[in-house]
Amino acid sequence: MFQSVMNIISLWALPVIILLILTMGLAKKVPIYEVFTEGAKDGFKISVGIIPYLVAIIVAISMLRASGVIEMTGTVLAPVLNYFHIPVDTIPIMIVRSLSGSAALGVFSDIAHTLGPDAYATKLAAVMLGSSETTFYVLAVYFGAVGITKLRYAIIVGLLADIIGIVAAVSVSHWLFA
Amino acid sequence: MNYIFYLLIVISIIAGAINGKLSDVVNAILTGAELSVKVAFSLIGIMAFWLGIMKIAEKSGLVSLIAKILKPITKRLFNELPEDSPAIGDVAMSFSANALGLANAATPIGIKAMTEMQKENIDKKSASNSMCVFLAMSTAGFQLIPATVIAILIGIGYKNPTEIIAPTLLVTTIAFVSAIVIAKIFQYFWPAQTVTTPDTSKDGGEN
Repeated sequence: MFQSVMNIISLWALPVIILLILTMGLAKKVPIYEVFTEGAKDGFKISVGIIPYLVAIIVAISMLRASGVIEMTGTVLAPVLNYFHIPVDTIPIMIVRSLSGSAALGVFSDIAHTLGPDAYATKLAAVMLGSSETTFYVLAVYFGAVGITKLRYAIIVGLLADIIGIVAAVSVSHWLFA
Repeated sequence: MNYIFYLLIVISIIAGAINGKLSDVVNAILTGAELSVKVAFSLIGIMAFWLGIMKIAEKSGLVSLIAKILKPITKRLFNELPEDSPAIGDVAMSFSANALGLANAATPIGIKAMTEMQKENIDKKSASNSMCVFLAMSTAGFQLIPATVIAILIGIGYKNPTEIIAPTLLVTTIAFVSAIVIAKIFQYFWPAQTVTTPDTSKDGGEN
């Protein structure tokens, strides 16, 4: 029930928003075509403008992933996680989640396919992946678009929230599924 | 960020050398750089579209209407922004798009919100408190339905994939609320932004 309602909302959200905005624009006598093109002009400038920030972040993270350090961290962390009854297979997802969205999705597919639908690790990984966003990507794109280079406490807040998310995912999944 | 950037690269090179994967690390520079351009270019069209739509929403008064409705909440979260700033309406729309899983709309609108906040920012190089709060909201990734995850679970024959919706929602809410609270707390402990005087060094030579 809840899911079918959500599916309908997801399907209709965009068309309704677009219709609403255009209709309200015309009703308020806004020259919508003219204003649309005027606004759209910045699309190219902003997208191209974030390239330097994206290159810095994505290259650094690609190098990190290629270096094998994520697997090394997993081996080091394994005893600690065993102690808390956290499946070792979910370690890569915890580390990769804030760094790269596509990598985290790849890791999750891998866990899901190798361990199967009944494994606790699959459920825990699903909750971890579904409940967070790629912190470094959002950071690069949003701050890159306006040319911010001094991030102040933004990155610490993002990473702390990710850690809280992991702890919450482990606790909630343990309570529901384990 | 200077240290994080440095650390990411130094760790990659050292670990790559230890693991005998140094050539992979070097290749990753090229693939990473290519990927960045691909990501940015794939944004151009959809970014232009949403910036165009949002401009209409702004001119018709819709954005300021949303901002007015949400004033009791946003006044606390974004206390440095003027009450009539279009950023507040943009933040609300970006949040809604994220919650519904419409990432294609959420990113351009979020960027629009950042641009509006930058207009009120006293130091154009450093993130204002409002920007940090908004970033905290966005990186926490509040989402009602984790559609991609559910699709993969269905793919492996998971019998009841919707059972992960409730725990995911609970976890994402905890992360989202704590992100905002942490951002607001840090705001009081971090040194405030200082107004930087316009850079006059470039004109210096002509005098």
